[in-house]
Amino acid sequence: MANGTVAVSDKTAEVDFYHVKTKYKGILSWLLTTDHKRIGIMYLCSMSLFFLTAMSLGVVMKLEMLSPGSTFISAQTYNSIFTLHGVIMIFLFIIPGVPAVFGNFIMPIQIGAKDVQFPKLNLLSWYLYIIGGAIAIYSIMRPGGVMDTGWTFYVPYSIRTTTNVSLSVFAAFVLGFSSILTGLNFVTTIHRLRCPGMTWFRMPLFVWGIYATAWIQILATPVIGITLVLVILERAFGIGVFDPTLGGDPLLYQHLFWIYSHPAVYIMILPAMGVVSEIIPTFSKKTIFGYVPIAISSLGIALVGYLVWGHHMFSSGISDTSRVIFSLLTFIVALPSGIKIFNWVATLYKGSIEVTAPMLYTLLFIFIFSIGGLTGLVLGALNTDLHLTDTYFVVAHFHYVMFGGMGLIFFASIHYWFPKFFGKMYNEKMAKVAAYWIAIGFNTLYFPMFIMGYMGMPRRYYDYLPEFTTYHIISTVGSWILVSGILVMTANLLSGLRNGKKASDNPWGGTTLEWSVPSPPPLENFDEIPTVTTGPYDHSHIHGQEETTK
Amino acid sequence: MSQTNENTQPDYHVVHIHRDDFGSKMGLWLFLFTEILLFGGLFILYAAYRFIYPDGFAAAASELDVLLGAVNTVILLTSSLTVVLGIVALQKNNKKLSLFFLWVTVICGLLFLVNKYFEWGAKFHHGIYPKGPALQEMSEGETMYFGLYYVMTGLHALHIVVGLIFIGVVMWQIKKDVLTSTNFQRMENAGLYWHLVDIIWIFLFPLLYLIH
Repeated sequence: MANGTVAVSDKTAEVDFYHVKTKYKGILSWLLTTDHKRIGIMYLCSMSLFFLTAMSLGVVMKLEMLSPGSTFISAQTYNSIFTLHGVIMIFLFIIPGVPAVFGNFIMPIQIGAKDVQFPKLNLLSWYLYIIGGAIAIYSIMRPGGVMDTGWTFYVPYSIRTTTNVSLSVFAAFVLGFSSILTGLNFVTTIHRLRCPGMTWFRMPLFVWGIYATAWIQILATPVIGITLVLVILERAFGIGVFDPTLGGDPLLYQHLFWIYSHPAVYIMILPAMGVVSEIIPTFSKKTIFGYVPIAISSLGIALVGYLVWGHHMFSSGISDTSRVIFSLLTFIVALPSGIKIFNWVATLYKGSIEVTAPMLYTLLFIFIFSIGGLTGLVLGALNTDLHLTDTYFVVAHFHYVMFGGMGLIFFASIHYWFPKFFGKMYNEKMAKVAAYWIAIGFNTLYFPMFIMGYMGMPRRYYDYLPEFTTYHIISTVGSWILVSGILVMTANLLSGLRNGKKASDNPWGGTTLEWSVPSPPPLENFDEIPTVTTGPYDHSHIHGQEETTK
Repeated sequence: MSQTNENTQPDYHVVHIHRDDFGSKMGLWLFLFTEILLFGGLFILYAAYRFIYPDGFAAAASELDVLLGAVNTVILLTSSLTVVLGIVALQKNNKKLSLFFLWVTVICGLLFLVNKYFEWGAKFHHGIYPKGPALQEMSEGETMYFGLYYVMTGLHALHIVVGLIFIGVVMWQIKKDVLTSTNFQRMENAGLYWHLVDIIWIFLFPLLYLIH
C-alpha cells in the first residue's frame, strides 16, 4: 500500500534511462537531452575534468614552494597558476559541484517528481557552464598571458594588468548566469513538483539544503554579474567607477565582490550539509535528530550569510563601527552551523552505526570541517584577524572549510549515490583505504599552513624566508599523499563502473524516495507518482522492504 | 494501490510535460528578482558616489535634457499600458486587437531607443564620454556621474532590446495560434518582463535627470 514513505513501484522490466529509446541516438542523446539524470551525469563528467586540472595546478604550486626562491617556475607563472587554480576550483567545481550534479540527479527523485520544472532551461544551464569553462580555457591560450590577479580579481590591479583579465572575468559572468538559471529552476521545482503528501517538513534535508542554496544563487549571483561587467567595461572604456585615478573607489569593488562571494561560500557548503543529513541517518539506521532545526538552520545560514561580507575587508580600511557589526554577525552565522553539527552527532548517538565508505567520508568531514569552522571564528574576531589576514592561516582555513567541507562531501556523495547513478557497486574496502589516505594527505598538506600563517607566512608569495622551509616541505609531501589518495579513489570508482557487481535498488537501506526506484532509475523515475505519508527518515518501513527485495 | 493513486493524481502519469502556468510565472518572477539585484549593484554605486561627490553629481545632472528624459518616460509608461491591453485583448479572444496593442508597444520601445540614440549621440558630440576630451576636463564627480550614466542607461537599453525580442516572439506565436485565450502565460511573462524594464527606468529617470 502507498502508506509508507516509499511507495514501491511494481518493478516490471522497465528500461533504465541509459538504455531507453530516445528521440536522438548516440552522443546526441546526451547533448540534446532534457532528462535531469543525464544532465547530472554530464555535469559530473565535465566537472571531474575541471577538478583534476585545477588539482594538478595545485600540485605544481606546492612543488614550487618546496624550497625558498625559484624552484622550477617563474614568479609570473606562479601568479598565473594560483589564479587559475582558484578560478577553476571556485567557479567550475566548488560552486556548481553538489547542486549541479547531485541536485540535478537526486533532488527531483527525492521529491517524487519526473523531472525539474524547466527541463530545457536545465540543459541551457549546462551549456552555459561548458561555454564559461571553454572561455576560461581559451583565455589561457590567448597572447597577453594568463590572468594573474588571484580569483578575487581585485581592482585596481585587475584593471591595470596586461594579462587576459577581461576574457576570464567574462567566463565567470557566464558561469554566474548558469548558476542563476539552475537556482531558479530548483526553487520552482521544489515549490511546484513535490509529490502528493510531500509537505515542506517531509522533504529530505538534502532538498532543504538545495532549496536554501538555490535562493542564494538567485539573490547573490546577479551582484557579482554586474561587478564583473563593470570590471570589463573599466578595462575596455575606462568608465572610472573602480579606477582611483579617475576618482573611483576600489573599496566599492571589494564590497560588491564580497556581497556575492561571501554568500557563495554558503552556495558551496549548504548542499554538502544537506548530503551529510542524508548519509548520517541512513548509516545510523535511525531518524535524524532535530529535523526541523536542521531544515530551518539552512535557511538561517542563507539569510545571515548574506550579511557578513564585510569580514573579508577588516584590513581594507572600513570604519570601526561596521567592522564590529560585521564581526558580530560573523559569530552569529556560526550558530546555525553549530546546530547542524550537534544534531548530526546526536543522530549518531545510540544509532547502529555502519561505517561504509560514504559514512567514513562524512565522519571525516565532521572532524575536518569543525577545525575549519573554529579557525573561521579566529578570523572573524577583529584583533586576531588583523594579525592573520592575508597569511597562510587564511589559506588553511579556506581549504579546511571548502575542500574539507564541500570537497569531502562531494566524494561522499559520489560513493553514496554511485549505485543509484550507475547501477553498480565499487570495491568498498578500497574506497575506505582511499578515504583514510585522503584524510592523512589533507591534514599533512594544510595543517602546517595554520602554523606557518600564525608565524607570518603571507599567502600568494612566490618566495619565503628560510625558517618556513620545514613546514613547506611537510606541506608539499602532504600534497603528494593527498593527490595519490584522490587518484586511488578515482581509479576505484572507475573500476567499479567497469567491473563492479550489480547494485540492488536500495543497497544501503536508505529511506528517501530515490531508493524506491530501480538502480539506475527509468526515464521518468516513477511508474506512478508516489504518495508520501511519513517523514523522510522513517526506518520502520524500510526493514520490511529489505526483506522483500532479498 | 493503483486505485488510490489514480483517484488522487490522475494527471501525472498520463502526460509528462504538463503545463504549469503558475510555475512558469514563478520562474519568471525569480528571474525578475535577479534583474533587480543586477541593477541594485549599480544603484549602490550611484548612492555611494553621490554621497562622495554631491557637487559633481549636481553639476553633471544639470547637463542632461530633462525634456527628452520626460518624453521617454511617457513613452515607456504608455508601452506598459499597451502591453497589458494586449494581454486583456488576447484573453477576450481578440487576436487582431491584441497584435495591434503589441505593435504599439514595440513601436514605443523603438522610439525610446531612437531618443536614447540621439541623447547619447549629442553627448558624444560634445566629447562627454569615457576618456573623451570634454570629460577629461571635468571634475572627478562628473566623471563618476557620466561613467554611471552610460553604464546604467546602456544596460537598461540592452534590456529594452531583450524585451522587444521577447515581445516579438510572443507576437509571432499569437499569429501562429500557439498562444491563445486559454494559453497566454508566455505573453503574461513577456509583459512582466516589460514592466520590469519600465520600473527600472522609473528609478533611473529621477536619479539621473531630476535630482540636481
